[in-house]
Amino acid sequence: MLKNDTVNTIREKALWMRRKAFTMVFDAQLGHPGGDFSAIDIIATLYFGVMRYDASRPEMADRDRFIMSKGHATGALYTALCAAGYYPEDWLATYMQPNSRLNGHPNRNYLPGVETNTGPLGHGMPVGLGIAIAGQLIDSNYRTFVLTGDGELQEGSNWEAAMTAGNRKLGKFTLIVDRNRLQQGMGTEETNGLDPLDDKFRAFGWDATVVDGHDVAALLDALTEPPGGRSKPLCVIANTIKGKGVSFMENKASWHHGVPNAEQYGQAMEELV
Amino acid sequence: MAAPGAKQEGFYDCRDAWAKTLEDLAQQDPRIVAVVNDSVGSSKLGGFQKKFPDRLINVGIAEQNMVGVGAGLANGGRIPFVSAAACFLTARALEQVKADVAYANFNVKLVGQSSGVAYGELGPTHHSIEDFAWLRPLSNITVVAPADSWETAEAIKWAAAHEGPVYIRLSRMPVPDLQVVDRKFRPGKAELVRDGGDVTLIACGTTVHLAVDAAGALQREGITARVLNMATINPLDETAVAAAADDTGAIVTIEEAGIRGGLGGAVAEFTSSHVPVPVERVGFPGFVPTGSVDWLFQQFGLTSPGIVDAARRAIVRKRA
Repeated sequence: MLKNDTVNTIREKALWMRRKAFTMVFDAQLGHPGGDFSAIDIIATLYFGVMRYDASRPEMADRDRFIMSKGHATGALYTALCAAGYYPEDWLATYMQPNSRLNGHPNRNYLPGVETNTGPLGHGMPVGLGIAIAGQLIDSNYRTFVLTGDGELQEGSNWEAAMTAGNRKLGKFTLIVDRNRLQQGMGTEETNGLDPLDDKFRAFGWDATVVDGHDVAALLDALTEPPGGRSKPLCVIANTIKGKGVSFMENKASWHHGVPNAEQYGQAMEELV
Repeated sequence: MAAPGAKQEGFYDCRDAWAKTLEDLAQQDPRIVAVVNDSVGSSKLGGFQKKFPDRLINVGIAEQNMVGVGAGLANGGRIPFVSAAACFLTARALEQVKADVAYANFNVKLVGQSSGVAYGELGPTHHSIEDFAWLRPLSNITVVAPADSWETAEAIKWAAAHEGPVYIRLSRMPVPDLQVVDRKFRPGKAELVRDGGDVTLIACGTTVHLAVDAAGALQREGITARVLNMATINPLDETAVAAAADDTGAIVTIEEAGIRGGLGGAVAEFTSSHVPVPVERVGFPGFVPTGSVDWLFQQFGLTSPGIVDAARRAIVRKRA
């Protein structure tokens, strides 16, 4: 597929994911829409432009893996897996209902396509690292992608994993940081600052690059494996906007787990076209 | 009675059986890998590392990462044995054990070394007497505390073949081989070491041989004691506990662990709901003072005389 076609496909999927995710949150009156919307362009790029997988064989040994370390952004993850064909659309309507497969945080035992259970922050990197080491041990070509929030990087377990990944030169391991600069209560830099984030990863033996996390073409370039592969793990710092796509949500920490009323839902649906 | 920490003829460090068994299994199955936190020596995995250098993954002093990596290796089709001092493995990385291993239900084998009070004078930071209480509520983790070298080897073999999370709790204190004929390791089942009708001594790990000694001492007083080796703490063999309550009317639990939430806790939970009988729990009431392993065992009654005393108390209570 030509790159422009791929970019257009990803944009269409991302729009569908935003509308579906916001509808799920509105119906459930639960969820984390701000973080869903900052991450959706990244996840859509992975599933519809980068990763190799077969939704009919979720256990395929050499599949590329995606781990949603910011597990609370289930609106983004569940809509992506649905759009990728892992399960039918009517499952989305059960979001957070009693006994739903779509729990408030993802559970791999409930849903095909979920690689590991996340929710408590700082878990995705070590698990992703283990997956990447397994691939290295058997000389497999699969790639492992982990998406963390930026505030999440305050958890020390991430840096334990970052050290090991750098030392093992895991070129098949990619971390994407959803850098929306807001955590639950306030800005990351006024809470426990992370900058300069790219240099931190370079100091741990990684390649690091900074992109606009809503520019699909730029994300594609950053996430596509170069010919010959990589000799170090890659950190893509994706500068994003919490609540991206809905005017009244953008850059508002209160939309971390805010939920819309009917009027807000209607306005968002008018904007998400 | 032999002091538990002493080197003595006929007593063996179960870590040797663990290491040899893992090497043999790894020879047969390329999926088996070991994950450590700079704990190659204390896990006795030097031989494994020599034979399978790529399959010994040392993440350094980073327990959260170590357990998460174990889960990831399982996702990638490996069979990881994550081995570290029990105190750090189960306490420092408890959320990873809960979320990444148990809740995610990955095929990870956690091996806690030098558990209980094996580190003696190093104190409660290095003791692991809370691990049973922390892991038992994670209902899908099978928790096994082998009593001797043979059982250690069998438990490791079983864990490698079993699909699902397992915690195997080892010591570094030498223990004698149990004298039981026709042994077969059955996960989730108590092993009848000796039968009796007046009281049942339920022990696990390093304390089973002490319970056997105590049963011998009770016999000389005319009291017959059943001894159960309850190697599997979770799931508890409720059938064996119910039979012990029905047949003997009094139970003593003995474990190198805290008396709250461990083997004694499990037995007390079950009996109080289903077969109420006196239960005396021998173990540690909380953080222990400074002292050697031997002294701590003496101090807290993890000795043949201490178990005999507990048995007498249980028997008195059932007659009350």
